[in-house]
Amino acid sequence: MPVAQWNGTVLTLSHQERSKSATNKNINGEPDLADASNTDAFVEFERVQKSYDGETLVVKDLNLTMPKGEFLTMLGPSGSGKTTCLMMLAGFETATHGDIRLGGVSINNIPPHKRGIGMVFQNYALFPHMTIAENLSFPLEVRKLGKSEREAKVKRALDMVEMGDFGGRRPAQLSGGQQQRVALARALVFEPELVLMDEPLGALDKQLREKMQFEITHLAHQLGITTVYVTHDQTEALTMSDRVAVFNDGRIQQLAPPDQLYEEPANSFVAQFIGENNTLEGVIKEIGEGRALVQLDGGELIDAMPINVSEVGQRTRVSIRPERVEYNKERLQEGVHTLKAEVLEFIYMGDIFRTRLRVAGNDEFIIKTRNAPDQVRLQPGQQIEIGWLPEDCRALDA
Amino acid sequence: MSDTTDTGPVLAADGTPLKRSLARALRMQKMRALALIAPLLLFVLLTFILPIGDMLFRSVENSIVSETLPRTTAAVQTYDADGGEAPPESTFDALAYDLVVAAEKKVHTRVGSRLNYENAGISSLFRKAGRKVDDMGEVYLDQFVELDPAWEEPQALIALFADPSWAASAGGEDEPRFEYSSAAAEVLPGATDAYTAWARTIQTEDQDSPTKEEPWAPVYMALYHDLADNPDAASAFEGDTAARLAAAAAAIQSPEWQTMSTRDAFVDIDEDWADPEVWRTIKTYSSKYTNGYFLNAADFQKGHDGPELRPELQRIYGTLFLRTMIMSLAITVSCIVLGYPVAWILANLPSRTANVLMILVLLPFWTSLLVRTSAWKVMLQQQGVINDVLVWLGIVADNDRLVMINNQFGTIVAMTHILLPFMILPMYSVMQTINPSYLRAAKSLGATNWTAFWRVYFPQSVPGIGAGSILVFILAIGYYITPELVGGTKGVFISNRIAFHISQSLNWGLAAALGTILLVVVLLLYWAYDKIVGIDNVKLG
Repeated sequence: MPVAQWNGTVLTLSHQERSKSATNKNINGEPDLADASNTDAFVEFERVQKSYDGETLVVKDLNLTMPKGEFLTMLGPSGSGKTTCLMMLAGFETATHGDIRLGGVSINNIPPHKRGIGMVFQNYALFPHMTIAENLSFPLEVRKLGKSEREAKVKRALDMVEMGDFGGRRPAQLSGGQQQRVALARALVFEPELVLMDEPLGALDKQLREKMQFEITHLAHQLGITTVYVTHDQTEALTMSDRVAVFNDGRIQQLAPPDQLYEEPANSFVAQFIGENNTLEGVIKEIGEGRALVQLDGGELIDAMPINVSEVGQRTRVSIRPERVEYNKERLQEGVHTLKAEVLEFIYMGDIFRTRLRVAGNDEFIIKTRNAPDQVRLQPGQQIEIGWLPEDCRALDA
Repeated sequence: MSDTTDTGPVLAADGTPLKRSLARALRMQKMRALALIAPLLLFVLLTFILPIGDMLFRSVENSIVSETLPRTTAAVQTYDADGGEAPPESTFDALAYDLVVAAEKKVHTRVGSRLNYENAGISSLFRKAGRKVDDMGEVYLDQFVELDPAWEEPQALIALFADPSWAASAGGEDEPRFEYSSAAAEVLPGATDAYTAWARTIQTEDQDSPTKEEPWAPVYMALYHDLADNPDAASAFEGDTAARLAAAAAAIQSPEWQTMSTRDAFVDIDEDWADPEVWRTIKTYSSKYTNGYFLNAADFQKGHDGPELRPELQRIYGTLFLRTMIMSLAITVSCIVLGYPVAWILANLPSRTANVLMILVLLPFWTSLLVRTSAWKVMLQQQGVINDVLVWLGIVADNDRLVMINNQFGTIVAMTHILLPFMILPMYSVMQTINPSYLRAAKSLGATNWTAFWRVYFPQSVPGIGAGSILVFILAIGYYITPELVGGTKGVFISNRIAFHISQSLNWGLAAALGTILLVVVLLLYWAYDKIVGIDNVKLG
């Protein structure tokens, strides 16, 4: 089962279809259809570098192109440069090298307040001395809008996030989730074409976070806003985004839609970082078109799909998702290599079973099985044989 | 467990009402907390609350006049101060009896100084009169002694005035306090009073015994007046005493008997004793409590028809209060203007650098106040560093050097420097809590740097400005040492005047009244600040 499940009506769509439909909706919603031809490059990073101290690069040679209306998530561990990229886009940091373009225009020398980019901050940054309505009215005031127009827009924005009754309150009187909604409304009230979100859900509890994830994506697609979303939470990235850019060490490791990211990680970092993953190390024994034979360090042979390995003798790290491991002999494909395994631990988790195995000297080999009526519950100490489809097992860089 | 039935109070497990058992449980905690703060509480009480209370009390307290001059105080109550005449003879007599006691106790000058605050010159009247008052009535003494030398003998007078039981125990060591005889008090009230006052005074002041000393002259004056009023006085006595009294009473009636006027005697000492203004002052300040100090502190005086404004040349406190306020305000404003950017920089630097810079801010705290103030003298005086530099640069002519010290400018400059840390610290601590993302948020929403600062950052820093301003203003309003050293005459504060009255003019009552007014003004300002800005809007850290 893919983890990247969608909520509600789009559940049945595959990811590619979904992003297409989102783009369509966007174009339909936008009056200026003429821009649609230009959508391929609404936000562009070209060979962007950033260094704070002149010695190390926080962002190394970043290239990124975003079409209009896309929801892109920058995902990565802390210190990977994702927030720096966001700050450069917002204008709070300047790129040391390279060009950042918005709608085809270089914005390197445009101050933040003239970029017209909406931003939602990690701590919401609602002005504590203003009421909610005043907070929302602020960007309109500095744009010198008339009073009645301001009021109408503020009301519409608050209604949009279902906070219409709270206009007179102060931020401190609201709960975290409510503040989050207001922050979102404030970033949208002046109708920016690009909205940046810097870990906006980090301070919320799990349930509220899931609810807000859905609301934010829903709103973004409904309004056709281009969104750059920064998070270190991979579930959030997978569930919300059209595309995810996985950052590590100042570079984008992979830029792909969530399902592709999960199922077809481009390198071992992405494989490790996204979702749960079993790794086995070994050497390429044979390599062919879409198929490779890997000899593990313990001497066992397995079949894998070569991703970024090319020659025999190369060391490789083989990655396989826990839910793609099969131990029911009847369902194992004929002619593929299997491995012997010993059950170490069985954990009942409600909807799934999680079983820890010892496989080829690796004590942390996890398999996940659905809690179905016909499912066998493995017992610790049991000796079993496991296998997988060669295309689910990816031979990555070591 | 508690009883939760609807009727009656909730009960604890042992049946006592829950409220009482809760109170008992909390009492121990309260007692323990109180015991912990007891040393500080005691210290504050003894060294702060009580002295302040004492000073507040002094601003209305005035018992010295009525305690030192009890007879005079009683006599002037019926005196018509606005009649334009000095009081009658009897009042001068009373003054003589009071003064002779006061002079013996050496407290007459204190009353003089007290009344001198209200009417300059009274001090010397009392001083002079005190020197000569024990001669007053000598003419009577001489005549009584001429009539019968026994009048000079202590034992004869003891027989006349003293309570027999006291007389029996008198004379030795540890003589009991003199007691008069009730018979004498009845027929010779004035003389008994005067004799008693003398006897008790020499007992306490000189450790002498009335059985060995002869009384001072005013006693004989009182005796003369009593005998003149009551020629039959002898009938209340027996033996020699009765005979002497009868003889004296008879002699008084004779035309050769010489009398004197105490009024004339006082006027002889100083003619101002006939001045009704002197007596008006005595009468006005004879009560135990007075609002006189406060009137004085507000540039008022007690006139013929209640309080009136002092003549223009004598009004100084209003000007001083106003100057203190305005200059404190100026100092506060300059502290805000100078301190705000510093606090902002400190709050926005990385904490390592900020800590180093913070030491520079705190450096003045570690330097003696006197040293800092003296340094400003060196800087600002006409032959000082700044003037020298300006002359050297040719900006100021050598013969036209700037006057920057011993005036208001000097005071404001020096005090701004000294009080600046008190402004920076609260502002810094408030600004530290303002998340920089607010400014970023404002800018991302389209605000220019200035709008972001003014609409978003500044309002959030107001509590710091408020706390700093209250601190600086209240400190400035009561500042003493710096205005004293660099203020000259034009730059001194009300506190300098208070210090003057405490240490030089010794008019503590007035100093207390000025201090009380200052305290009330500060409390009023605090209250007003609370009403306008709200005191919970103040953050000190």
